[in-house]
Amino acid sequence: MLGEGILKGLAETAKNFAGSFVSAERLTTVQYPEERIAPIEATRDFPFLVFDAENRDGGGPEWEAGMRCVACQICEKECPPKCIYIEKSKDKKLDYLGKAQYYPARFDIDISVCMSCQICVEVCPFEAIKMDTEFELSTTDRFGGLLLDREQLAKPNEYYHKIHPTEAAAVDARLAEAKAKADTKSTNAAIASAVKGAEIPARTPAGGD
Amino acid sequence: MFDTLDQIFILLKQWLVAFLPAGLQPLAGIALSVVAIIGLFPALFALTVLLERKGLGRMQNRFGPNRVGPFGILQPIADGIKSLTKEDIVPLSADAAVHFLAPVVLVVAVFMGFAVLPMGRNMTLVNMDASLLFYFAIGASTELSVFMAGWSSRNKYSLLGAMRAVAQMISYEVPLLMSSVTVVMIAGSLSLNRIVEAQNRYTWGLPHWYIFTPWGLASFVMYAIATMAETNRSPFDLPEGESELVAGYFTEYSGFKFALFFLGEYLAMFSISGLGATLFLGGWSAPFSFLVWVPSWIWFFGKLLVSMCVFIWVRGTLPRLRQDQLMNFAWKFVLPLTMLNLMVAALWHFLGVGWERWVFCSAILAVAYVGLAWVQMRSQHFGARSYRYAE
Repeated sequence: MLGEGILKGLAETAKNFAGSFVSAERLTTVQYPEERIAPIEATRDFPFLVFDAENRDGGGPEWEAGMRCVACQICEKECPPKCIYIEKSKDKKLDYLGKAQYYPARFDIDISVCMSCQICVEVCPFEAIKMDTEFELSTTDRFGGLLLDREQLAKPNEYYHKIHPTEAAAVDARLAEAKAKADTKSTNAAIASAVKGAEIPARTPAGGD
Repeated sequence: MFDTLDQIFILLKQWLVAFLPAGLQPLAGIALSVVAIIGLFPALFALTVLLERKGLGRMQNRFGPNRVGPFGILQPIADGIKSLTKEDIVPLSADAAVHFLAPVVLVVAVFMGFAVLPMGRNMTLVNMDASLLFYFAIGASTELSVFMAGWSSRNKYSLLGAMRAVAQMISYEVPLLMSSVTVVMIAGSLSLNRIVEAQNRYTWGLPHWYIFTPWGLASFVMYAIATMAETNRSPFDLPEGESELVAGYFTEYSGFKFALFFLGEYLAMFSISGLGATLFLGGWSAPFSFLVWVPSWIWFFGKLLVSMCVFIWVRGTLPRLRQDQLMNFAWKFVLPLTMLNLMVAALWHFLGVGWERWVFCSAILAVAYVGLAWVQMRSQHFGARSYRYAE
């Protein structure tokens, strides 16, 4: 019968209308500034730079000394919208493996250009750049206010653990493994050199070839 | 006491006008009524926009606006200030004069329709013999403003939107007129005051409203459908199509001119609802004879607001039609039924008072409705779909 569906639909909306005043669970709206839903672990928006407070080398503030980034500029080259700008340092600092590395003298990300693709995170060999979940970024200055420098980008590893616990644990495990490997390697090398050092004088008296 | 309350606005006007010299009094009286109309309906517009946003929200299980003022009741003021302070952009290649005139023509034409509506006992601004004819003549010029807006924007999409809007409005103008003509046939007058007077009688405490007759009910339903199409309301809001076209013919308008279009649309809804109430729902007459002491203007504006709520309810319920469905519905379903209804109204008149006319008229309309719906809704088989290039 023509018109039957319209009447059914009208009844449905009337039910919704009346129901929304009666039952609170119908209203699914989260009234944002006052109410917030728990953050979702997999969410991501803009990159940030991870630093380890315990791996500090050299002077300067904690975030500068412990920064994982070695200014290899891979992310800068890979970034599709070219929103990253890096200047390499002149001197070197020891990284967590005890190896001397450059560090970024300047590291800027223009988040008005960034498209949140996460390619920088995927290409980084040093686990230095990760995706943030901070979304309340509004500013009154749309040029300077959205161009984040080193200091604004640097965030401790604990923060990374807080926003992406699973991912951060995996990264830490990888880094610890690498460090253990490097340690055994350096111990072996030390032993080997020690052995070699011990052997050389032993061999010398036997006469050269 | 109740008579005073009923005529309060008339008495107020007479009291105010009496301060002026006798020569100026008629002119001042008209000016006062015009100012009252121009002030009242935009205020009602603000109220309706708020009701609509809150009501639609509730129908979709949302809160609706609830930030500005307590429960969001100051939202219309915020909207108004926003649209007033926005930049008014006129496209470089637009016809500036026509571009400016289009919203003005729309609002002026719509306001002129209010002149003939009886908003209460003795509360008609211009008491014309052919007020219904005047109303439709003025109402048709809103189509002109729509086309002016689309044409002067010099934007092909605006123009397309305007052409679609005009096609729709002209298509539905026909059933709108035809369904009103039945009332004229029975009441025997084109004067809206006389039409209200004809309905302002009671039998066993119940009113003689035209909606309570078979032909009146059919006319009313088709009038309501045509009204929704005529004012570009959902489900016939193709010209505006918020979710796909953004604004159709007034895409190139911004700031206060855009707000004027919005205002014009709502004012058209008020005026056409008022006309519907006048034609079919007894205008300012009370729904029961024991309620006649309630001031007549309360009934008129009550009926107006109820029909606005129905508009909002329908908008919250129905999806938008497709252009061909819209046209088919107008020309193949509504129009034949209104034509038949004209004959049913004539039959009603000539059968005279008695039970026969109720039975015959109801039966003819019911059979026509079911039959036409069956013919229109038959599943049609066009065979398997064929593609020219994809195979």
